[in-house]
This record gives sequence, structure tokens and C-alpha cells, in this order.
Amino acid sequence: MNKLILKALTKSINVYHAACSPCNNCDIEILDCLTPRYDLERFGMTLVGSIRHADAMLVTGVPNMKTAKRIKLVYEQMPKPAVVIAIGSCACGGNLFRNSYNFVKPLDEIIPVNAYVTGCPPKPEAMIMGVVKLIKALKAG
Amino acid sequence: MTTLYNILIFPGFLFAALIGMLASYIDRKVTARIHWRKGPPLLQPVYDFVKLMGKEIIVPAETSALAFLSAPFFGLSAVTVVSVIVWKGLIQPQGSFVGDLIVVVYLLTIPSIACIIGGFASNNPLASLGASREMKLILSYEMPFLLSILVPVIKSESIRIGDIVSYQLVNGAVLHSYAGVLAFISGVLCVQAKLSIAPFDIPEAEQEIIAGPAIEYSGLPLGIFKLTKWMMLFVVPSFLVAIFMPAVTVWGNLLRYAAILVIIILIKNTNPRVRIDQAVRFFWTWVSAIALLAVILALVGL
Repeated sequence: MNKLILKALTKSINVYHAACSPCNNCDIEILDCLTPRYDLERFGMTLVGSIRHADAMLVTGVPNMKTAKRIKLVYEQMPKPAVVIAIGSCACGGNLFRNSYNFVKPLDEIIPVNAYVTGCPPKPEAMIMGVVKLIKALKAG
Repeated sequence: MTTLYNILIFPGFLFAALIGMLASYIDRKVTARIHWRKGPPLLQPVYDFVKLMGKEIIVPAETSALAFLSAPFFGLSAVTVVSVIVWKGLIQPQGSFVGDLIVVVYLLTIPSIACIIGGFASNNPLASLGASREMKLILSYEMPFLLSILVPVIKSESIRIGDIVSYQLVNGAVLHSYAGVLAFISGVLCVQAKLSIAPFDIPEAEQEIIAGPAIEYSGLPLGIFKLTKWMMLFVVPSFLVAIFMPAVTVWGNLLRYAAILVIIILIKNTNPRVRIDQAVRFFWTWVSAIALLAVILALVGL
């Protein structure tokens, strides 16, 4: 039974896009994944607007004083089982804002992160590769 | 035993759910092809539903959990009963009871009402907004929908779906008359609003109010909500098939259903969403006028 649900989960990932004060470049690249050229819907992935419908949370940007506690709140509202993917160098480790005055701490110290896609911004191919690796890791257990 | 079989398997829950899932797949695939994309695999609706069964169910704080969790099931049961009545009428026209047309019309509003109750029980401003828009949409499309249903009733002089079907099997479809064509046009537009798909997807406008009444749902209740929508996508157009152009065999009926589905998908993909006031004005003037004209023509006998 659990195997069936895991297979269904990996075949139909609803993605919620949590913009954690990014510069919008990563957001544009995320939207590129849904365009005809890459078309993530052929793997069953769709962008949803409500965190309650989400199976994966894509976090872009640096967690700062204002967004850090909100991103934690949003993560807690997501129905589990669910995964978090950090998109872009900012979300992965702070990038050039690492020493900035309002940088709190890296994203993976606030919420558990399952996959990291680096790049500034990462290409859609890189994101698809990250998701495919995550699905393989989930299937392996 | 037969009743149970009819309600649970054919032509009730399982049949409507499977064809509804297939219809939702066709909808997504055709939309994707129109966008020049590839689109999802065939089993996508099944994956979506099974996935939601395994997810956590979250009930918002400070709300009535009973109303919140039971609302989707009311919609699902209403759609199941409609499927049984409509397809029973199509398969064996003698078997239906008097006045089932009126029962169907009432039952078809229950999924919308379940949507409203669930939205208001969500304790979320966007869900309340979606629910109130759904309410306005019901008020706007219900009158032209009833007027266009009136045309087959006048033609066949009966309020039994079975009688309407057997009248058309003998005398030719209602769609073959001027009144029938006009009533069918307004009926399709009302169905578009009833299924709340573009250009009348105002209650769940994804870009402005996220998912409307379904915003707080997760896990199994959300799955039931989606399943209800897929089944509606099958049941409501097949109701149009029954009252406007029934065929003798099940396959003929399914083919005619597919034709209406294609019309609905094409309207969906070629029209942007309208505002709620535009929708109300459109239904109360143009669509009502077309439906009224159809009723007058039917009374004259054209």
C-alpha cells in the first residue's frame, strides 16, 4: 500500500512556489519549466497556488529577518509526506548575501531540505535533473 | 442487489469515476496539445487521486470539522445518483420514474452547494470569496439552464427522462429543430458555468483567489473534491446527451458525449476568464434571451 502511494506521489508532484525574497530570476526559470519547451506536466507536475495542495515546496531566495519565520510557517502548513527543494544558490547557501546584515541562517537550518539545485539562476534542465534525482532517491527509500 | 450494483458500479460510481477520469485526462491532453506541449500520461488522474489518499488531512483551526470534512462527500453522492438516473434513462427508457428530470436538476446543484459549504467552513477569506462567487454563478446560470431544459420537455410533453429519450428515438432528436439548436447552445454555455471551467471558472480562479473554496482542503477530502469535478465533467454533458440527442446504444451515447466534451474543451481553451459581474450580465441577458427564444419556438412547434 505504501509503495503504491509512493509511486503515485512521485508520478504526480504538485509544486508550490515559495518565493523567500528572491531577485525573481529563479522564479522566472521555474516558470520556464512549465512552458512548451520543457513541459513538466508530462511527468505529472503542476504548479499549485495553495500550500495545502502541495507535495513539493520550491524555495527561492535568501531567508532574511522577515521571511525566515514565514517560510517555516508555510512549511508547517504543508500536508506531509512532502519535500522541499532549494532552488538557486541563494536558497542553497546564501550566495553573495551570506555576509549581509539581514541574513539569518541558511535555509536548511530553518526547514529540512531534500534537494539542492545550485546556479544563479539554475537552468530549467538543472531543475529537472534535480527533481529526477530526488524522485530516484525517494524510490530507493 | 441490482440497485446496489447500479449505484456502485454501472452506471453509478465506478463507471462515472472511470469515464470522468478519462475525460479529465482528455481535457488536460487536448489543452496541452493546443499549447504545443506533450501533456500528462494516461494514468495521471489515477496517480493524482491515489496520491491524495496518502496525504495528511489538515482541518483549519476554529472551524466546524464536520461541515468541512463532510461537504465533499455530499457532492460526490449527488453526482453518483445523477449518473445512475441519467444513464438508466439512456439505457432502458422504460425503467425511470416520473419526475426524474426535476430530481436531476435539483441534484446537479448539490455539488455546487457542497462547494459553497466547504468554502465557508474553511475559515479562509479567499475560500469565502470563492464560495460567494460560486453562489452568484449559480444564481446566474440556473434560469437559462432550466429554460433550455424546458424545450425537450415541451417537445416530448413529459418530465421523465425515459419518455424524453424514447420520444427522440422515435421522432428524431430535439437537436434537429430550430428550438433544439438554440436550447442546446444556451445549455452548453450553462454547463460550462456549472462545471466552473473557463471562461466561467470564476469561483476557483487560480491566478487571483488561488483555488477558491478548495484552498484549505488537503488529502482525501481534496481527492473527493477533484473526483466530484471529474465525475461532473462526465455526468453533466451526458445529461445534455440524454435530453437533446440520445442514441440507441451505449457506445453511440458515449460518442455523442465525447463530441460535447470536445466543444467544452475548445470553449475553455479559446476564452479568457470573465469577471463575475460580466458573467451574471451575460447569462441574464444573452443566454436567457436565446433560451427564451428557444422555448417560444418550441411552443410554436418549430
